[in-house]
Amino acid sequence: MLALALLPLYSAAADYADLPGGTMRSVLAGDATGGLVKVDRFSMRTTPVTRVEFARFLADHPEWQRGRASRVFADASYLADWPAPPALPSSQSQQPVTHVSWFAAQAFCESESARLPTWNEWEFAAAADDTRPDARDDPAWRARILSWYSRPATAALPAVGGAPNAYGVRDLHGLVWEWTDDFNALLVNGDSRSSDDPDKLKFCGAGAINLQQRDNYAILMRVALLSSLKASDSTASLGFRCVRPLPETSP
Amino acid sequence: MNRRHLLAAGGIAAATLVISGAQALAAAPTTTGATSTLPTDSVYQLATPLTDQNGRAFSLGDGRGTPTIVSMFYTSCQFVCPMLVEAIRDTQQKLGDDERSRVNVLMVTFDPQHDTVAVLQKTAKQRQLDSTHWTLARAEAPNVRKLASVLGVQYKALPNGDYNHTTALILLDTDGRIVGKTSQLGDADPAFVKLVKATLASSKR
Repeated sequence: MLALALLPLYSAAADYADLPGGTMRSVLAGDATGGLVKVDRFSMRTTPVTRVEFARFLADHPEWQRGRASRVFADASYLADWPAPPALPSSQSQQPVTHVSWFAAQAFCESESARLPTWNEWEFAAAADDTRPDARDDPAWRARILSWYSRPATAALPAVGGAPNAYGVRDLHGLVWEWTDDFNALLVNGDSRSSDDPDKLKFCGAGAINLQQRDNYAILMRVALLSSLKASDSTASLGFRCVRPLPETSP
Repeated sequence: MNRRHLLAAGGIAAATLVISGAQALAAAPTTTGATSTLPTDSVYQLATPLTDQNGRAFSLGDGRGTPTIVSMFYTSCQFVCPMLVEAIRDTQQKLGDDERSRVNVLMVTFDPQHDTVAVLQKTAKQRQLDSTHWTLARAEAPNVRKLASVLGVQYKALPNGDYNHTTALILLDTDGRIVGKTSQLGDADPAFVKLVKATLASSKR
């Protein structure tokens, strides 16, 4: 409780942008809804969480330090590239934190009264280019995103702070993969009422049939990656950002 | 509170102590003296706050000491969830009387909004679930995803109120470590029954 009282200090530091929400086409929406989903208004961190921000979190929440987090919440590679405390080279401070598990990311967001975005919230924010709220039908925009993904994974991660999109949100493409709250719900077997082994169809069969916009490869790569993860997993190119819900505006 | 207060509380407190003492003993046949530190790979690390079908608040880790079959479901599910209940019941029936009394069942809903305590209680009655060993429970929404994540259960809310979800019976040992799973519905999975028996045998009373 005491920790909660101190939160505003942090929250002020993190930069959030308001997004209007609305009805959007989702790559994952089923045919029953015409491929559309409704996204409520929300507020999103303008950049992925950085290493210096995560270092501050670790100082306040030592239970999440490497070697102290329970194995059920964080696998062996959790913070594997993290220097021994307290040293954090300033050259790394603005890099997005990676090697974090879903549980650790969720705990970080909770520490600033936020949570991980849902897939649809992330998708809503990521549909925008620098001027349009939804640039996904533009082949040039898609090609640009894809070219970002071709950066070699072995290269050191750049600092956060790429060009803002139409909402003022940065680095949604081209920097790191990002956890979503519902990462393990994206490709659940379309018909769990069947008594057949649901695992057989989970990733390739029914899930794939439900995918919309099959030519949006960059987004589908994210779906495939997130769907392959367990909540305790952590990888060198997987980071996160947080969101907060916004009160509904009167219609 | 001091000792005098405890004494003054009298017979009721004494009776309560005896009962909880008995329960503690029943739950006590845990691993050799490892009562303090949970294994780092135990799902009980999560300590999800839960409420059962009788409105009693408890924590995920309270089941420590007794092997537990855990599953996730939702009551308005017409197809797979009744078969899930049958699979657990059939698994219990494949155990000996003594074994059956030493396994708990915990089913947690995906749908806390609709599955209130009253709904859970109604379901427990309709399905004639033995409440001494069988618990239906709900957690607040943000905790449902965490619990599912720790159990490796995937689920997704659909616009029509249904949930797509992976279906699994998950066996936890006395310390809350996942021993095994099965997705077989309806009849008991023989391999899973064997696993339950082996787990019971290794957690001696």
